Amino acid sequence: MAMTLRDIINRLLRRQPASASTARERLQLVLAHDRSDLSTELLDQMRREILEVVAKYVEIDVDEGAVSLETEDRMTALVANLPIKRTMTGQIKLKEPKNQSEENSEETEGTDQNS
Amino acid sequence: MATDTRVILICSGKGGVGKTTLTANLGISLARQGLTTAVLDADFGLRNLDLLLGLENRIVYTAQEVLEEECRLDQALVKHKQESNLSLLPAGNPRMLDWLKPDDMKRIVKMLKEQFNYVLIDCPAGVEDGFKNAMAASQEAIVVTNPEVSAVRDADRVIGLLNTNAIKPVQLVLNRVRPKMMANQEMLSIEDVTDILALPLLGLVLEDEQVIVSTNRGEPLTLNSVNSPAAKCYLNIAKRLQGEDIPLIDPIEESSGFGSKFRRLMQTKIF
Repeated sequence: MAMTLRDIINRLLRRQPASASTARERLQLVLAHDRSDLSTELLDQMRREILEVVAKYVEIDVDEGAVSLETEDRMTALVANLPIKRTMTGQIKLKEPKNQSEENSEETEGTDQNS
Repeated sequence: MATDTRVILICSGKGGVGKTTLTANLGISLARQGLTTAVLDADFGLRNLDLLLGLENRIVYTAQEVLEEECRLDQALVKHKQESNLSLLPAGNPRMLDWLKPDDMKRIVKMLKEQFNYVLIDCPAGVEDGFKNAMAASQEAIVVTNPEVSAVRDADRVIGLLNTNAIKPVQLVLNRVRPKMMANQEMLSIEDVTDILALPLLGLVLEDEQVIVSTNRGEPLTLNSVNSPAAKCYLNIAKRLQGEDIPLIDPIEESSGFGSKFRRLMQTKIF
């Protein structure tokens, strides 16, 4: 997120940010949704279903899981950030297939089209 | 006969951002460069291009009679009084909207291409049939927007549709720029808008009261008052269309000499 000197001064003085940065942020959010043609309800339903599927394989922190749309250069990406709970040893606890996968990541999935 | 006619759609999504004013002024500016130019009013519901060009009393036939083969194209074309290189093809009756199809627009534009170097299509607001008909006949597009959230959002919708219909190049004109507000960061910056819309900037047009005066008179700014800020911007846009390398006006520089250094400092991106 771009920040200008004025934004920083405003923040230090606890003043409202200049309205251009508010406009920019609001636009970026609304355009990500416009471009994907997804309503908030659909996005929420998708989020729940993605969490269900992922929860079949790994233990995830459902409260922390976030699925959102991000947009840059007219490309919109579906970004899922799903923290995977770990055991005390630092290994990922895999539920179903008793693999010994040691990936230490909480990964993201993404891509989708522009329109 | 012109061989490599450029057919340019001038569109915006949102109404009232300056499509028709840009069409009129670009038409005049291109004509002044010696290029034969036709401006086609594709806003059949709410036509206004005739009024901005001061040609409203000289209309005999319109695009409607041309399509219905009740007159020849040259009978419907209205030549501009001072700039004989510029002609207007007026919009027909709003009832045309009931039967007009993309193919009809293509037919009209095909006829215009035989006589002109440039065909500028003044597109109606919205993203419905009127827009789609006009887009069908176009090769390239200029998207006009203002540095305001609603105009930028609507422009984004239009750009999406232009992209899916393989219209290119699509270039941006940022209209009604207020240098002072921009310098104070109370208006989206040029960079904000070009970043968000991801389009190359063909030009910006400074806010200028003279625009209203000129529409009152039916004489586009570029016709006489070439020293007004907006007129200069329109002329620059026409030159860039022709491939000339004209640097952009820096709105912060325009906003007054004394405070501009300080304002620029305040705009410095920290991270």
